[in-house]
Amino acid sequence: MAASMCRMERCLFVLLPFFLGVAQAVDRSNFKTCDQSSFCKRQRDIKAGQSPYRALLETMELTNSRLTLQLINDNNKVRLLLELYRLQGNMTRVKINELKPLKPRYEVPDVLIQDPPTEPLSVVAQDENGVVLSLGADEQRLIVSARPFRLDIVEGPKVLLSLNSRGLLVFEHLRLRKDTQKKYQRLRISPFAFLTPAGPTSISLDFSFPGVEHVYGIPEHADTLKLKTTDGGDPYRLYNLDVFQYELHNPMALYGAVPVLLSHNTERTMGVFWLNAAETWVDISSNTAGKTVFGKMLDFVQGSSETPQTDVRWISEAGIIDVFIMLGPKPSDVFSQYASLTGTQAFPPLSALGYHQCRWNYNDQEDVRGVDQGLDDHDIPCDFIWLDIEHTDGKRYFTWDPNKFSQPKDMLQGLKDKRRNLVAIVDPHIKVDSNFKVHNEIRSRNFYVKNKDGGDYEGWCWPGNAGYPDFTNAEMRAWWASMFAYDQYEGSMENMYTWNDMNEPSVFNGPEVTMHKDALHGSWEHREVHNIYGLYVHRATAEGLIQRSGGVERPFVLTRAFFAGSQRYGAVWTGDNAAEWGHLKISLPMCLSLGLVGISFCGADVGGFFKAPSTELLVRWYQAGAYQPFFRAHAHLDTPRREPWLFGPENTALIREAVRQRYALLPFWYQQFYNAHRTGQPVMRALWVEYPEDSVTFDIEDEYLLGRDLLVHPVTEEGLKSLTAYLPGKREVWYDVHTFKKHAGGQSLYIPVTMSSIPAFQRGGSIITRKDRVRRSSACMENDPYTLYVALSPEGTAEGELYIDDGHTFSYEKNKAFIHRRLTFNDGVLSSSNLALDSQFTTASWVEKIIFLGARKPASVTLKTAGGSETRVEFEYDSALEVLSLRKPGVNAGADWTVLLR
Amino acid sequence: MLCAQLLFPLSLFLGLSATVEVQRPRGVPLSKRQFYEEGKPFTCLDGSRTVPFDRVNDDYCDCKDGSDEPGTAACPNGSFHCTNAGHRPAFIPSSRINDGICDCCDTTDEYNSGATCKNTCREMGRRERESLQKLAEITKEGFLLKQQLIEEAKRKKEEKQSKLTELQAGKRDVEEKVEALRTVKETAEQPEKEAKERHLKAWEEQKAVIRMEKDKAKMAEAFLELDDDADGYVSVAELQSHAELDPNSDGSLTEEEVQGLLGGADKVDTSSFENIWGNLKDKYVSESQAENPSSLETAPEETKEPVTDNESEPYPEDDIGVEEDDEEEEDDDDDTHEDFEDKPQTSTQTPERSDKDEEAMPPYDAETQSLIDAAQKARDDFEESERALREIDDQVKNIEKELSFDFGPSAEFTYLYSQCYELTTSEYIYKICPFNRVSQKPKFGGSETNLGSWGSWAGPDDNKYTVMKYEHGTGCWQGPSRSTTVKLTCGKETTVTSTSEPSRCEYLMEFTTPAVCQEPLPVNVVHVDGHSDHVEL
Repeated sequence: MAASMCRMERCLFVLLPFFLGVAQAVDRSNFKTCDQSSFCKRQRDIKAGQSPYRALLETMELTNSRLTLQLINDNNKVRLLLELYRLQGNMTRVKINELKPLKPRYEVPDVLIQDPPTEPLSVVAQDENGVVLSLGADEQRLIVSARPFRLDIVEGPKVLLSLNSRGLLVFEHLRLRKDTQKKYQRLRISPFAFLTPAGPTSISLDFSFPGVEHVYGIPEHADTLKLKTTDGGDPYRLYNLDVFQYELHNPMALYGAVPVLLSHNTERTMGVFWLNAAETWVDISSNTAGKTVFGKMLDFVQGSSETPQTDVRWISEAGIIDVFIMLGPKPSDVFSQYASLTGTQAFPPLSALGYHQCRWNYNDQEDVRGVDQGLDDHDIPCDFIWLDIEHTDGKRYFTWDPNKFSQPKDMLQGLKDKRRNLVAIVDPHIKVDSNFKVHNEIRSRNFYVKNKDGGDYEGWCWPGNAGYPDFTNAEMRAWWASMFAYDQYEGSMENMYTWNDMNEPSVFNGPEVTMHKDALHGSWEHREVHNIYGLYVHRATAEGLIQRSGGVERPFVLTRAFFAGSQRYGAVWTGDNAAEWGHLKISLPMCLSLGLVGISFCGADVGGFFKAPSTELLVRWYQAGAYQPFFRAHAHLDTPRREPWLFGPENTALIREAVRQRYALLPFWYQQFYNAHRTGQPVMRALWVEYPEDSVTFDIEDEYLLGRDLLVHPVTEEGLKSLTAYLPGKREVWYDVHTFKKHAGGQSLYIPVTMSSIPAFQRGGSIITRKDRVRRSSACMENDPYTLYVALSPEGTAEGELYIDDGHTFSYEKNKAFIHRRLTFNDGVLSSSNLALDSQFTTASWVEKIIFLGARKPASVTLKTAGGSETRVEFEYDSALEVLSLRKPGVNAGADWTVLLR
Repeated sequence: MLCAQLLFPLSLFLGLSATVEVQRPRGVPLSKRQFYEEGKPFTCLDGSRTVPFDRVNDDYCDCKDGSDEPGTAACPNGSFHCTNAGHRPAFIPSSRINDGICDCCDTTDEYNSGATCKNTCREMGRRERESLQKLAEITKEGFLLKQQLIEEAKRKKEEKQSKLTELQAGKRDVEEKVEALRTVKETAEQPEKEAKERHLKAWEEQKAVIRMEKDKAKMAEAFLELDDDADGYVSVAELQSHAELDPNSDGSLTEEEVQGLLGGADKVDTSSFENIWGNLKDKYVSESQAENPSSLETAPEETKEPVTDNESEPYPEDDIGVEEDDEEEEDDDDDTHEDFEDKPQTSTQTPERSDKDEEAMPPYDAETQSLIDAAQKARDDFEESERALREIDDQVKNIEKELSFDFGPSAEFTYLYSQCYELTTSEYIYKICPFNRVSQKPKFGGSETNLGSWGSWAGPDDNKYTVMKYEHGTGCWQGPSRSTTVKLTCGKETTVTSTSEPSRCEYLMEFTTPAVCQEPLPVNVVHVDGHSDHVEL
């Protein structure tokens, strides 16, 4: 016992400077390059060429829902089984596994929300060279070529996508250990060569996109929105890691992984979902990458241009090939298709869309009370105060520090009295301590991940020696969820929510600061499940929060690690960033990339986690964060305090104004999230998503759209006096949301900026609902009236939606207790009509004001209500700005009504 | 301040149970009642526009300054006045009207939110009055104490100053004394020095005689030893066997060299040997000694343990194919190697010339001794006087330092100087020694951490003697050096009431002292408005 104590202190002493430090950036030598990852190097050493695989057409079997046939590797005679499915919603699934593996290979469960419904495949033509299958509409065909094996998806004469056209299908079949050993020794690359008991099991497949120069997705990387080619460098890596002080603009792996890539050109958007949870590398090359614009033009003029093409190669360490090809054709179609596979964004409680005040750490109850009071004293709205790891009793999650947080319920009640909430952190590493109930239960129920010898796996994390519950085990998750019951989690209350950090999982003394790949999750090795571990932690926690309320309340859980499908469980953030301008800037493409792959509830630590921001940076970050989905200020333990009121009255006012803009727009945000939840469309959108034919937008990542109607270009550079925003859409007009000034679309607009500027524009043709009476928390604003901002298109029309429910329960879903209105303006008539006739909900909110942007002065304005009564509405008109304001229509927000401008 | 005058009387009528409702729009303070005249068009208080009176508090914001909606949440920049009968009236932002949170103790802000608020004004008023009273008592007593402190400080300062004057005067005497004693000392030391030198010289001479005799004996012995064939001559050949005599130390003692040593002769007899002995004696080693092997001194071996900590290795063995610690081991080898090469072999060839035979110097004769004694006494006296002077200097310096501190406008903080106060929390013992330093020591053992040394008064410009700043404490890992802000509040006792670390390595200490107690305000002048219907109760 004494010995182990010594060990612990020594270890912590050595580790702390390493992990808490703020001086140095990421130590790259801690993380592997492709060359150091033996399977990646092995795979990458195989160059494009003739594939050794041949399709054995005689083995083809076609049932109503799928086609199977065998592939043979002519070099080693190992056979694979190919399965092809045509899925509903214009998708194709391609599955390749060993025909007879020595033991089952891991197929990722729990990510798809159902067995994807299929549609019949039919053979259109067949000969000894291959088979042509019909994918239904639009002359879409799937061509299986036999020798060498390749797949092509074509539409008419056009090839949309080819698989194995470069011959990079590689499938390392399971072998007996002996056969692997020599080769392995030869390839062993220190210090990262792992001994794989089952031998090498990696897989690889190439995809070619003719006519495509832009690919996106595969988060999480601190890199540009548009993916770069990886020739001559490392591939993009997907391997959930706790990277200390990550660097910008490189393909290194970060905390989460979503193996979904989107291709885009002016004609079509497609997606490839590579369902594999093992360490994965993605190589991207392009035949036009090296060419200058002039070179491309020359090609064009001379007619010598080969078709631009992007080639993508996926390499995974284990598992099977299971690919979903989403054929679009529009970006919104790809989002729907992906959502039909993995589900949509969880619909958060309204409060979670408010402002979150976090710090590692608020010291004690008194500190929390003081911050709550400080927010009120400075009139800064806030919905959540957060507690990081120091609130626990010695990093034992589910407990409270007996001195600093001796009365958690008093503290929570104090926040509840202010209609505010708290988040307390619960990480998945559990202190190994025989006096700790949670540890004892997990151990006695045999729920810990095992090491390769069968004992409980232990690693170092915040509490010192810790065990890692096996979240891949459904029984474990059920037990974990039960721990959030109010009678289990002492000191918890209904206004307390949860934050899962370190769930990559982070293991301070593990390889690459994570779990050993040979640790065991039941019969599966950690290497096979690594990237999905964090999703399971997030899921079990979210389920716990649902269950504690008897299924009534919506959960709110923030996670750092994520995978495909994590959107269903809550919010993510971009991890431990730094107080640097570059980090502020990169938060846009990082969240935009997540939005493209289903995860809408994304944000970056406002102010930057490591280091201390300059006042200017902090203000700018608040302004940017106010217009990003998840809006939380956070700071490292070693940084000076930075609550919004600590930087002088002027800066407090700037921050207050940014937060107030956020709160005024909460109805809009809420409706965007409802939409994301219902349809899978991202909340925060890259411009090209809405303007897919405008190639100018393809590289834009310093501005974005919220929904389709609000264009935001935050200031992300120091000392900026002006910026240029691209207003897309040649036939669009855009209205500055602050000045109501109208600007034509299809232009780059020069905008002078001051410290108070947050350039944002409302699209002409849209109606945005706001609550301009900003209060100290979202709950306080529940019954407040709406103001409608009706921005007219050049044709003089506009439309929008309004969604209202109780803001925190599932009854919108279970009892259809919500209001969903459609607002349209056409021919001088603005009307509100019901979009969900079978829904039932009443609201006290009413319409206090309607502001028309770009309107002509009417002679009179009348309001007609459902009862048929007609009343005149008073108005004001600003002819210089063409702004018409209707005074107090006063109708209930859930009612049918029309307003006539004559 | 119209507002203050009008609101002040309220406290007077708290005891009365009768209430009179003054008719005015919700949320309007009495002071502004005149601007809201029922039935007459209302002009926004900023003068920006005029609206019909029914638009006042109609839950729609017409005035830019929010003045048309004093009682609703319609205007973003409005404020609501709560009368708070029984307690103090207050303004709250309009956004707190009907937000479900009870802000006004009289519940008037939540008239339509469904929130169940309890009127707590009386209770709060009572509590506040109690605490104000308590505070007033504390202030009163504290202020009295403060007067004493000021008196005491004044006295102390005078004391110090007169002490300083006294010291400075005394210092001159002592300085003179020092000079006088220095002369006495120097006068006494001269004869002492001469007597000592005499004694030493005599002793040196005596020693020289003894040494010469010894040398002669050694020479004779050497001659006998060298004269192997006992022919009464030492020859070249005989001398050549003594390699240590090699004049150029090239390892060979040639005949020519020997001849050189022998003064050019082939051989010498006893008397000539006497002449050349000088050439030999330094190097000559008696055959009986030559046997001693030069003892091998082993180079001190530094035992270097590799200090790498395996625990810090992010990749434990079981996942790593090939361990690569070899490099470090090689480094160690290199180090050891260098140790060997670089260490010069310590020579044992030059043993200390040990004059064991020479006896110690004989004691001084009585006369010399008495001179020495006299000189010593003079020295002691001189040093003592110098010490006294230094002490005075120290005292002067200390007093000057103390007098240089800013102990407040009336020197009321003087009494804190050279005192220390402690507060024990669950983990630490905090200690403040005002105008010196703040420190922290773990309760259950461990070393003390400096949380900052006296920096400056750091209160707001109009009240700088309410905050002390201690700076440049022990550095924080990768952070700033520790510092402590000490907030002073009025109290009868001088004590630390709380400590905290709001931000990493920035400490906050609350400290009560009578020295900051302000003179209690004279009893409030009652100001009653003549028109009783204007008084809110």
